[in-house]
Amino acid sequence: MGRYILKRLLIAIPVLIGISFISFFLVRLVPGDTVTALLGSNYNEEQALILREKLGLDQPLIVQYGLWMANVLQGDLGYSSFTNQPVATALMERLPITIELTVISVVFALIIAIPLGTYAAVKRNSPMDYGASFFGMFGISVPNFWLGTIMILVFSLHWGILPSGGFVGLAEDLGGNIRSMAMPGIALGTAVGAVVMRMTRSSMLEVVGEEYMKMAKAKGVSQSRWIWKHGLKNALIPVITVVGIQTGYLLGGSVVIEQIFSLPGVGRLALQAIANRDYSLLQGAILLIATTFVIINLIVDILYAYLNPKIRYD
Amino acid sequence: MEDVLLDVKELKTHFKTEKGVVKAVDGISFQVRRGEILGIVGESGCGKSITSQSILRLVGYKRNELVSGQVLFEGEDLLTKKEKNMLAIRGSKIGLIAQDPMTSLNPVYTVGNQIAEVPMIHEKASKKSAWQTAIAMLKKVGIPSAEDRADQYPHQFSGGMRQRGVIGMALAGNPSLLIADEPTTALDVTIQAQVLDLMLKLRDETNAGIIMITHDLGVVAEICDKVAVMYAGKIVEQAPVEELFANPKHPYTKGLLKSLPKLGDKERLQPVEGQPPNLNDLHEGCRFADRCPFVFDKCHTEHPPLFSTDSNHRTACYLYDEEAE
Amino acid sequence: MIDFWKRFKQNHMAVIGFVIILIILLTAIFAKWLTPYDPYEMDPVNRLQSPNGEFWFGTDQFGRDIFSRIVYGARISLQVGIIAVGFSFIVGTIMGLIAGYSGGWVDNLISRITDVLFSFPDILLALVIMAILGSSLNNLMLAIGIVYVPIFARIARGTVLNIKDSLYIEAARSMGVRPITILWRHILPNAMAPLIVQITLSFAFAILAEAALSFLGLGVSPDTPSWGIMLSEAKDWMELSWWTAIFPGIAITLAVFSFNIMGDGLRDALDPRLRNEKS
Repeated sequence: MGRYILKRLLIAIPVLIGISFISFFLVRLVPGDTVTALLGSNYNEEQALILREKLGLDQPLIVQYGLWMANVLQGDLGYSSFTNQPVATALMERLPITIELTVISVVFALIIAIPLGTYAAVKRNSPMDYGASFFGMFGISVPNFWLGTIMILVFSLHWGILPSGGFVGLAEDLGGNIRSMAMPGIALGTAVGAVVMRMTRSSMLEVVGEEYMKMAKAKGVSQSRWIWKHGLKNALIPVITVVGIQTGYLLGGSVVIEQIFSLPGVGRLALQAIANRDYSLLQGAILLIATTFVIINLIVDILYAYLNPKIRYD
Repeated sequence: MEDVLLDVKELKTHFKTEKGVVKAVDGISFQVRRGEILGIVGESGCGKSITSQSILRLVGYKRNELVSGQVLFEGEDLLTKKEKNMLAIRGSKIGLIAQDPMTSLNPVYTVGNQIAEVPMIHEKASKKSAWQTAIAMLKKVGIPSAEDRADQYPHQFSGGMRQRGVIGMALAGNPSLLIADEPTTALDVTIQAQVLDLMLKLRDETNAGIIMITHDLGVVAEICDKVAVMYAGKIVEQAPVEELFANPKHPYTKGLLKSLPKLGDKERLQPVEGQPPNLNDLHEGCRFADRCPFVFDKCHTEHPPLFSTDSNHRTACYLYDEEAE
Repeated sequence: MIDFWKRFKQNHMAVIGFVIILIILLTAIFAKWLTPYDPYEMDPVNRLQSPNGEFWFGTDQFGRDIFSRIVYGARISLQVGIIAVGFSFIVGTIMGLIAGYSGGWVDNLISRITDVLFSFPDILLALVIMAILGSSLNNLMLAIGIVYVPIFARIARGTVLNIKDSLYIEAARSMGVRPITILWRHILPNAMAPLIVQITLSFAFAILAEAALSFLGLGVSPDTPSWGIMLSEAKDWMELSWWTAIFPGIAITLAVFSFNIMGDGLRDALDPRLRNEKS
């Protein structure tokens, strides 16, 4: 197990370095010059040269990358060229909201997907199974931003039972927080729920046919124990990997959903950074999101190993 | 007869499929007494495994699975029992040992845990006492340092050890009937002998009845008291084991015995020619007719009933129909 | 091939998907004859008309006919799908074939690049690329294309690794057949089944991505009849006129749905494991 985790960590390192490369160079590809943008109407050759030197922009690109990386590792992501706020501070202010949105979406997805997928597999070819398959297909096909829009139309504009947007802090008002996060969480979680449901179903179908499941029946275990204890624990092992990947994609989806529901999370911040041409902020945001993606997958890999005795005891 | 443990009468298990009804088990009858080992022999696909699953009622729940006849176990018909009552019988009064030890243990639970589950569900035993039972069972089936082994996962066991684990699991409920479905097929020869010895020892200790399902006549000769030969869903011959080997009647049994190597015998082995029939496309007559060297007209019109050739030897073959002559 | 058709036809869902795709394709091609109005033409008198005999799906805030805009929207969606997925397929497959066949540092480099690209959520990556390139239809197709390059690379590489050491490839190599010929004639055909499935599924993703980016204002220009643009405009008007938000969404869902079920059906029909089981 220790060696397995170490191996995973070692694989993650080049990926993280690659992510930092892309985050750094993508932004350098932007047409137009940071210095020009910073000086604006005060632009003159002399000033530009001084500023360029000050920002290290006269150095070769690879040196610039090294300097930037050294700062990043110390938690310094530079300053927003729009608000002058430190990028790291701006991101950390917004991160909890994105995390909460992601957690709610995943929890919603799992609550629906695992029982539905399991039940559909056990009752294969029943109306329930067909219903689940339809939900699975619908869920991966319906755009989350449309789902969100329709929910606003129905629950906010028509019935007025949920707010159409805005964020209420968890600490301020628990009920208000739940009300503000319910629709975004469902809109974002539906696709994940659909994917996880499909995976659970096919994984469980495979497990149900296994010899040890027949043996469990021969031991006299009840139907519910047979499904949930003997079957599901095996079926969930491959599902976990899918949940990890999907959680990563949620971070991308959160950009859209945060925009629709006016939630001040990292995704919306990234959109604002694009709109304001605030490239150091955009750089910080994509670095943060991609790194989170890698970390989530690392955690999932470890969880996978933990649940799978064949890896845990090797 | 008091000591009749299991009395199977006219058991039929049919599956409805798109290509017609598959008559996997088609009206078989046999008895098992306490302390007796019955061998059910036949080629793969002859219905012997379906027979064991039908007794335990592991088939018969889906709309396309039809089970009929009677399975009298300790005097009560299992086929009419409620599922709730079947749960109390499976794993407790009737234990199953499955064919492939590599896949019949759940990979995500420890072996001890899987054995301990049996007393926990059947006797409502506490975790602690169930764990003690698990260790006792592992000792009983001859696993060294059982205390440590109980805490290990199936993939940490060798094949032979896993099969011992499976047997331990089947014994944990203290069953009066054990059904062993090809328990040695997946094991190598030395381990096979050990497992068979273990089963004989257990029979002597617990006086349980055992149904030994196998395609291996060697296994039958070694441990069974009597034998039923199955062919295409029917029992074609039934006799005590010495009688059957010394005096086989049915052409199929004769063929099987001829295909068995004998020590010091230089004669060529003769396989049984042809293939067993499709179970969804059976004609009215004897199912062995197409492969039988002694076939005659009557064989094609009706499947023969079992004719007694001796007080305890019966054969489903018109060659032994005394009234006809 | 006949076998494949038989199995594909048995999968009713896949056939339904195929038929819907065909209808969408024909709609896009013959849009000019199918639409009662010019999708760009504003008509202030008929603003926000609810669906009626004249305007089947109603009109938007400028009085443009929503039905006509949706029909023309199919063009945008399919165009983005075809070009973006075509780009990912060609670039990704070539990268994957090269990586798998050459091995060594080339493989290592290409594999690490795909790993890194996989670490960015797809929408985010497309978004950032659009931010750099600027909004336009061409840039949008390029951005979506880049995002789905890694998946094709991974599939192609996997197939090469699977069959690279098989005897007939060895034989071809020993006879001096050039690597490019081996890749083209012997390896690529083996990779086609999973690649075709992926093309279909990527089409669904591409349609979704186009709509999402346009919805966020980072896709095609705002007056274009794109389903994503229509939804983003509808957000401000739907309180008065629900139809502006409903119909474009149905169009997206239906298109994505049909590609998804067809992809699923193709996978079942092409899956070699299932095929071996049957024969």
